[in-house]
Formats: sequence, structure tokens, C-alpha cells
Amino acid sequence: MLAQQILNALTLGAIYSLIALGYTLVYGILAMINFAHSEVLMLGAFTALGLATFAPAAFGSGPSALAAMFVAGMAAAGLVNVVVERFAYRPLRAVSRLAPLISAIGVSIVLQNGVFLWISTQSLSFPRPVVIGQISLFGASVSSLQLVILGAALGLMGLLHFFVESTKMGKAMRACADDISTAGLMGIDADRVIAVTFFVGGALGGAAGVLYGMNYGSIKYNLGFLPGAKAFTAAVLGGIGNIRGAVLGGFILGLLEVLACGYIPDGAQWRDVIAFTVLIVVLLVRPSGLLGEKMAEKV
Amino acid sequence: MSEKAPAMLSLDDVHAIYGKKIRALKGVSLEVRAGEVVALIGNNGAGKTTMMKIIAGLLKPEKGRVTFQGRDLAGLPPHRIMRMGLSLVPEGRRIFPRLSVMENLEMGAFCRSEKDLSREYDHVFHLFPVLGKRRCQLGGTLSGGEQQMLAMGRALMAAPKLLMLDEPSMGLAPVVVDKIFEIIGLINKEGVTVLLVEQNAKRALRAAARAYVLETGMVAVAQDAATLLKDPAVRKAYLGLD
Repeated sequence: MLAQQILNALTLGAIYSLIALGYTLVYGILAMINFAHSEVLMLGAFTALGLATFAPAAFGSGPSALAAMFVAGMAAAGLVNVVVERFAYRPLRAVSRLAPLISAIGVSIVLQNGVFLWISTQSLSFPRPVVIGQISLFGASVSSLQLVILGAALGLMGLLHFFVESTKMGKAMRACADDISTAGLMGIDADRVIAVTFFVGGALGGAAGVLYGMNYGSIKYNLGFLPGAKAFTAAVLGGIGNIRGAVLGGFILGLLEVLACGYIPDGAQWRDVIAFTVLIVVLLVRPSGLLGEKMAEKV
Repeated sequence: MSEKAPAMLSLDDVHAIYGKKIRALKGVSLEVRAGEVVALIGNNGAGKTTMMKIIAGLLKPEKGRVTFQGRDLAGLPPHRIMRMGLSLVPEGRRIFPRLSVMENLEMGAFCRSEKDLSREYDHVFHLFPVLGKRRCQLGGTLSGGEQQMLAMGRALMAAPKLLMLDEPSMGLAPVVVDKIFEIIGLINKEGVTVLLVEQNAKRALRAAARAYVLETGMVAVAQDAATLLKDPAVRKAYLGLD
């Protein structure tokens, strides 16, 4: 029972973490909350569904179809995020800090309504290209789907870690997060780094969208809202702008929710309340989050 | 007309507004020729840092022209100007605090396509041995003097043609200031042209061949550094000597 609960928590937490990374990467550089991120992940899920619906033959079935859905969902979400940044945020960057934020809320409404009007107002069933069975693990019977979700999420986090720590572009991202105008003095094109950041963050969101679809078996135009808001909570909980914090916050939030469902009477009804209570408590007690650092003094 | 080398960097009647309405520069013209060390001295608020920011592309001049090696810099963003060989070590050093020393240096070489930069690293560690000992430390944990060395080393990683230093001695112990000025001399001997902004006028004038004195946004004096060191008015106003 507990093992199953923990796996549920890890699965949910992994999805939150992936989404939270998208918020935190963007915030780290621009100190801006990309409120359209929840729609970006929704579009990732719809793209993967579109691929599975309209071109099922081209990608076969099983793992290759799964991989194709991931690639399509991630690429589409990344690209949407890049386009949104280019046209809805960048022109406003110099105006004020509030302007891009409001623009982001506008983009979120436009994207959500776009899908609502042109694609579907209803839940659409989401394919699961891998055969789902029960596997016995540490004495618990667990769903193989959960292992796929967890494995994919952890793999992507590993890739992100490698990218940010070890590649030239990843280091440039961190340099921009430290001091964007000095990064320009190093010959770093900050606009390009920002675009890459939006692509990476969007792609992780797209992956989370696909995982979300597979986990629940159906997707809807407004699917991004709740996980987006919770992942944002997770990012704040971990310390927004901090990559490890986003991962930690996602898993903690997943754990809290699942435990609440399992151990509090009628807990399932309270699960959403828990996330946002956590947000409020964290903001009151530790506004910079668990791993959040006070920004280094820039003398 | 003269036998002087052509200007590497020239400012022609540059005007700038700082903040909303402070006229920081009111028609500054100056030249830096290849191979020189030129000092720019002046009091707080004279417009020295504004001028450096304009040259580096961080601020746009309201009027006037900045040319580097014959190319007009108007409208170019900082990263493009830097790639032409004009590096600024900004006031307050501005190293990346959450990047290690090695990563800071690597960012300095961001625009270089070579895979193997070991010669550049060796050069920087030769000039600043202490950085070699601190390779893996985060930039933010270095002392002020070490940060200044890192900021200079980082700029040198790009092999600039013209190195601009904004207040390199600010807040540093005299021993460290000696070291910094010694390195400025060395770098210049290696062929790098230097434009140096300093409040520490005595040091700057000793290190430079020529100097400009900036007063309330205008060039008040342009002269050989050695002559300025002896100039009674300059001695009184900037060197604290009678």
C-alpha cells in the first residue's frame, strides 16, 4: 500500500517537476513568470495526440510510437514557447516588468480558447502506445505506465542537468541568469540564449503534457491549468529560479498530495487545496523557497 | 597629415543623457591609437562610466559617433561590438557569482570557435597565478582583488584588440592595485591597446602615455600623461597635491 502510494507520488511529482522546470528556467533569466506555460504543455499533449491520430502508421506502435509522440510534443511545445517569447514578451521586455506578465496571461487565454474553438471542447481519449501491465516491485504491484512516466521524466531531468552544467550554451544560460548585461559584454547574444531557454523549458513542458495525457488517458483544452498552477507552486516551494529547487518542489508536492489522498478521510477532495495551502505557507515562512538563495549582491 | 598612427577608437562629439534627464556627456571627442595606454580621469559624475558604456554598446548616445577600426558602432548591440575585439571590464568587476572561475573564463571566450583554449587559460593563469589555484571556486566567493583579476582574465580570454578597464583599482588594497597596474603594463606590451578609466589619477597617469581629463561631461584637458602629472592645476584637482 505504502509502496504503491510512494510510486504514485513519484509519478505525479515527476510531472510537476518537469513543468516546474519550465517556470524556473525562464524566471531564472528574466525574473518573469511565464503564465502561458500551462497552455504550452497542453499544446504539447495535443500535438502528440494529433500525431497518433493522423499519422499512426508512420510511427508504428509500441516504443517507437511512444518516442515519436514525445519528440512531436516536445518540439511543438518548445517552438510555441519560442514564438510566444519572440512576439508577446520580447517587445515588452524594456517597458516594465509587469507588461510581459500581463501579455503572458493574454497568451494563455488565446491559446486555451484557440484549442477550445478549433479542436475540441470535450475530453479526447489519449493513446497509450505501450502495453500497460502490472509489475511486482518491492512487494508492491505497480503499473508499468508509472515506471515509463517516471523513467522518462528522470531521463529528461538528467539531460537538462548535463545541458546546463556541461555545455557552452548551458553555461551561457547560467551566466545570463547571473548577470544578463555582463553576458552581453562576453559576446553572448542574450536574445538567443533567452530563445533557447524558452525552447528547453517549453519542450520539458511538452513532455510533461504527453506524460499527463498518458497518465490520465484523456486530454482537454484546459488540462494545463491545474498542473500548471501546481507546478508553479512547486517551483516557488523549491525556490523559483533554482533548477534543483524545481525538481525538489515538484516531488514534495506530489508526495503531499498523494499522502493526503491516502491518509486523510475524503482526502481526494482536498488535494488541490493542499497544493495552494503549501504555496501560501511557503510564501509566509520562507519567501525565497527551500533552496532559493538571496540574489547575490551585484556591486 | 601627422605621422601619428590612425585612431583605433574614436569618439566624435558624443552626447549622452543618463537616467531621465541628466546630461552626462556634452560633446566628448577623443581618440585611442593602436598600442597606446590612454587614461581617462575625472571626478565622480564626470561621465567616465557613461562613456565606457556607450563605447561598449550598453548605452546609446543621444548624438555623435563612435568608430572602432573605421567602423561606426551605431546601433550595434554589446555582443557584436565585443566580437569586433573591443572588451570592457566593467565597473564593479561584474563577474558571474554562481559560475566557477573556470566557467567565468570560459564565458570570456564564448565568441571563440576554437575547441582548444589551453593556451589562453595558461596565459591567464600565468598572469594571475591565484586564479589557477581557485579554478573550481565560485566567482562570488573570491575576494575583491581576485574578482578584479578574474574580470581581467575573463576579458583577455577573447584576445581583445582594445581592452577598456573601468575603475580597476576601486576598493582594492594598495598591494593588489600594484599588481593590477603591473598586469596592465604587461598586457599592453603584448600588443593590447588599453583605455583606462580611473579615479586613482596618479596611478592612471603613471601607467598611461596620454590622458584625457573629463569634467562635467566634457573633455577639459587632453595631454601627455607625463605632462599632466606635472600640471599644477591637475595636481591640485585630481592628485590631491599642491
